[in-house]
Amino acid sequence: MLLSVASWAETPVQFTLSADCPPGFELDAGHCELRSLYQLYNSLQGAGMGGPSTGLPEWRDGFTPQQTDLGRFLFFDPVLSRDGSVSCATCHHPDKGFADGRGLSVGIDGHTVTRSAPTLWNVAFLKTLFWDGRATSLEEQAMGPLYSEHEMGGNPALLLETLNGIPAYRSLFAEAFPGDQEITLDEIYTAIAAFQVSLISLNSRYDQYAHGYHEALTEPEIEGMNIFRSFVARCAECHTPPLFTNGQVAVIGTPEPEGMPFDPGAEIPMNEPTQRGGFKIPTLRNIELTAPYMHSGRFDTLRETVAFYTGGRGHAVPEGEELVLHWHIWEPKLTDDELDRLVDFLKTLTDESFKPRTPARLPSGLALVHDNPPVPGAYKDGEKSDE
Amino acid sequence: MNKLVAAVGAVVLLAGGYYLGNSNTPEPTVIKVPEAPKAAFNSSGAEELAAAGVASAQIRSLKTPASGELIIVKDGESIQDAVKAAQPGATIKVMPGTYKETVYVDKDNITLSGVIEQGEYPVMDGEGVLNDAVLYSGNGFTVENMYITRYKGNGIMGQAGNNFIIRNNFVIDTGVYGIFPQLGKNGLVSHNVISGIEDAAIYVGMSDNIDVVYNQVFESVAGIEIENSRKALVEANYVYDNTGGILAFITPGLPIKDCGDVIIRNNFVVNNNHENFAIPGSLVSNIPEGTGMLIMACDDVVVENNIVTGNDSVGILFTDFSLATNAARDPDSDPYPNRPKILNNLMLDNGKNPTKLVQAFLATKLKTEGQDVIDTVGMDDGCILDRNRYRTVGLDKYTECDFDSTANVPTYMLPDPVAPRKDDPNMDVGKLAYYGVCAGCHAYSSRMIGPPTQIVQALYMDNPEGIAAYAANPVKKRDDYPEMPPQSHLDEETRLAAAEFMLKLKN
Repeated sequence: MLLSVASWAETPVQFTLSADCPPGFELDAGHCELRSLYQLYNSLQGAGMGGPSTGLPEWRDGFTPQQTDLGRFLFFDPVLSRDGSVSCATCHHPDKGFADGRGLSVGIDGHTVTRSAPTLWNVAFLKTLFWDGRATSLEEQAMGPLYSEHEMGGNPALLLETLNGIPAYRSLFAEAFPGDQEITLDEIYTAIAAFQVSLISLNSRYDQYAHGYHEALTEPEIEGMNIFRSFVARCAECHTPPLFTNGQVAVIGTPEPEGMPFDPGAEIPMNEPTQRGGFKIPTLRNIELTAPYMHSGRFDTLRETVAFYTGGRGHAVPEGEELVLHWHIWEPKLTDDELDRLVDFLKTLTDESFKPRTPARLPSGLALVHDNPPVPGAYKDGEKSDE
Repeated sequence: MNKLVAAVGAVVLLAGGYYLGNSNTPEPTVIKVPEAPKAAFNSSGAEELAAAGVASAQIRSLKTPASGELIIVKDGESIQDAVKAAQPGATIKVMPGTYKETVYVDKDNITLSGVIEQGEYPVMDGEGVLNDAVLYSGNGFTVENMYITRYKGNGIMGQAGNNFIIRNNFVIDTGVYGIFPQLGKNGLVSHNVISGIEDAAIYVGMSDNIDVVYNQVFESVAGIEIENSRKALVEANYVYDNTGGILAFITPGLPIKDCGDVIIRNNFVVNNNHENFAIPGSLVSNIPEGTGMLIMACDDVVVENNIVTGNDSVGILFTDFSLATNAARDPDSDPYPNRPKILNNLMLDNGKNPTKLVQAFLATKLKTEGQDVIDTVGMDDGCILDRNRYRTVGLDKYTECDFDSTANVPTYMLPDPVAPRKDDPNMDVGKLAYYGVCAGCHAYSSRMIGPPTQIVQALYMDNPEGIAAYAANPVKKRDDYPEMPPQSHLDEETRLAAAEFMLKLKN
């Protein structure tokens, strides 16, 4: 590993960190603060949930421009993995809705994990991370993939040794975290979190509708929106505007891919049998970009995914599993036309206008790897749930 | 003389009674005479109302602000077309006739008002095909005088609108919920007649400061349901022939976790013995048939001056989530119905024929006959007035309430509408539009998709109107930049404010 990054010394490139906040943020006393038209609105109990013109839930911001930009380098840099083969962007690719286009993600050495990489758009608003909700901060979440032997394969000592051994990173960290000579683990997590909270997607055509420009949506899309929030389909009860998630865990009984054992989900971290098969309700922002769908990618298309909800309560629960299915899972008997309209509406939630730029070069000197993801290998880790 | 004999005889009889009582009959009833006046009812909601000056304000004076714009919809026309044409503040008058549509209102201050002629209402008919009759999200929405029937989902459903008024409507044989305001603050549900609903006829979900008053609710699974809400007044409703009459509860797994400060008073809760026809898996499918009131996990519920009669399982049931067997546990929701308060109520003929579930619970308490009030948890922080009036189980630890009336809370609605948010110096629409929208393409000094803000400043100087006009209808100007997409989705005022902010920006 250290050998493979030795080239940085031979081709010194000057790296500087942006002094500007990412789009969507105002530089205020040296820190980047989120600004959005949604801040004009109230929300009941500050929960950040309701209808189109509802305020946002609490969010993470307040990082410096330098920390954010350093996080961008780290995010794309495979030097964070044990052997320099994968980066965060491998599974959270900016051109794939910050997911990876795969049903099950593939990590270092071709390890296939048991869950699908979730989008990172709007993670600034989430209170819990991972499909099973087991992390309560972005910093805590970052440790998961970094040190999972199936994802990036590193460990804290190796990560510190690697980054501290790269002068470009030492100087960038010193710029982002002044007054500190050594790179520390907390600084690494902070920078990655700072970058992730900059991934704001609140400028879709749906948002234009929400802010009062009703011509932004076509008639079929509005029809889809009304089905979405109707109490027949009930999508909006859990995928609640404005973020299209209410942040809760729900047991809905979606199937795993053929041959894969049943994933107990939130039952494990919550130590709660009634949460067996429970997963965090994902945002639907940019959902068009993140096929395949559900926690283990069983459905290839949005159409198949919405059709799951009208297939009958518990229709895909494996025999022998007694799940406490969410009460909103019922038999709405949606017509084919209604399912089509729902898909039309979901596509109005696409907005990548604040997509960050991919660095041209990395401080490690390594090449970008996220366009060359690992090939699923011989490893199949049915026991392990990493994402 | 005769009188004296009679008096002596009475004393002998009393003494005999006393003797018998000591040997093999229950102790005599002791009737307490109040010694001191009761304290005034207090609650956080009451304090808020007092601080807001509600005592001196007219009760429920909330009005949807009207601009004077009037749109009339006649039979054969579309209500939704009128809503589309309406500006905030418009009143839409719907003439008698039949309207087969879903009406959605994503604008503020719209009044949708049926015109009743010779007892004839405008009818919204979903024909068993349409999902919901009325969906609203705007603030300050009024819907009144409509007859809604045969929809599959809800009659009237609100998502997040504050300051709403839903009154004088019929909602008959309509789907899952009759009237369902959700995630709203400050609203009124009054004088509606609702029946034939397979979940709750009136369902106040995750809301604050709501009055549900003077409604007639029958032949539904749940009559009136206050769920994960605070400061709700349920008063003077006629609630009969439902599976469960009035419910106040926490549903676990929702993003707002608590329920409390609910007053249920002056209602008729009568013969709620309807067969439970809820959808399998729904929470209300757990309600025992014959339940007058059900308080599950909701805190500080006051039950006062209701007439609760003929409910075959139980008059009033306080319980935890043990009844909600089909909801996953939520560690963030407290399961106990803390601090229940039972003031004077009239109860008769409750618990004559309890369901098996209720019987099974009673058996654990060595009881066979039904009860007026059951607390399955046995809360130790409850209070009750004059407990000897009722047959009760599980109230042993209740103390006597130190208040006997909630009359000082005439309403839980706020005297003034919830104001739009504008308290924060960052709530400048120009700033929010600039950073929230324009900054996707323009940074202050560096090149992004569009030219830097500094260059725009140099070009336009004191001409924000020029920027606003250009942004609405951009033309290709620079060979080295892509053409700007039109920003006409922002209204004129917002575009101008953003342009002004852009010209003032220093970094």
